[in-house]
Amino acid sequence: MKQFFALLSGLIFGFGLILSGMANPAKVLNFLDVFGTWDPSLAFVMGGAIAVTAPGFAWLTRSRSRPFFDTEFRLPNRTDIDPRLLSGAVLFGIGWGLGGFCPGPALTALPIAATGTLVFFPFMLAGMWLARHTPDLSLPFRKGATQ
Amino acid sequence: METSFTPWLSLGGGLLIGASAVLLMATNGRIAGISGLTSRVFARSTDSEARGVSALFVLGLLLAAPIWLLTSGEWPQQWVPSNPALMAVAGLLVGFGATYGNGCTSGHGVCGISRGSLRSVAATATFMTAAVVTVLVTRHLIGG
Repeated sequence: MKQFFALLSGLIFGFGLILSGMANPAKVLNFLDVFGTWDPSLAFVMGGAIAVTAPGFAWLTRSRSRPFFDTEFRLPNRTDIDPRLLSGAVLFGIGWGLGGFCPGPALTALPIAATGTLVFFPFMLAGMWLARHTPDLSLPFRKGATQ
Repeated sequence: METSFTPWLSLGGGLLIGASAVLLMATNGRIAGISGLTSRVFARSTDSEARGVSALFVLGLLLAAPIWLLTSGEWPQQWVPSNPALMAVAGLLVGFGATYGNGCTSGHGVCGISRGSLRSVAATATFMTAAVVTVLVTRHLIGG
């Protein structure tokens, strides 16, 4: 059952990306082009998504001790804002601004098989592999700071 | 390339994305963070159950456009930058940055902010700023 709902969630997410325009890099790049051909549409995507997710998550975790078909809600519990988080976000943002794709839209657009997507996708997977095999470079600095 | 302002379609799409995130949390107890789910399909450290669920979510994402084609008769409208070197660098940065920084637009921007996570607010503000500056540089300072 949970497998079926994982597939269904992915499908709904994909339709959301297509309908909203997120899966179209032209629209993403114009959203980011605040000082040029600005298209503010995508602010409505994030607004709409949070308007459902915030009350949804709050209701779930308050009214239930576990998900319907699994044993626990797997929620991140870290609260520290570390260099790794921010440096990752900077690199991600630069890549997003260059190509107009973030991971979800890249997956959704993959079957349409535009040349740019077919190049972007394997390099995205390679980047994820690299990140999994990169130690936290900020740790030695922090250790030094506490000594 | 100019695009037209589509507040209602974008809001509707956003509501669907939110519904998907709540559905995945309600049924599987997992955050709908695409970079995390995608990375988990391939990571050696993933247990088989998490790998299966992540792979099915990713499969759902991959099936959306083909189903759109079957029902509407055409692929979703898109324009993708075609410079292969640019797209290779972009892909590498997006993949590396999202995994290294523990999340992307969906994990931090939607799910994290919805949980009131300060880490996600900080990450989202950071990648938004970096992306806006990048477009400013490529389109207005060097692209012209």
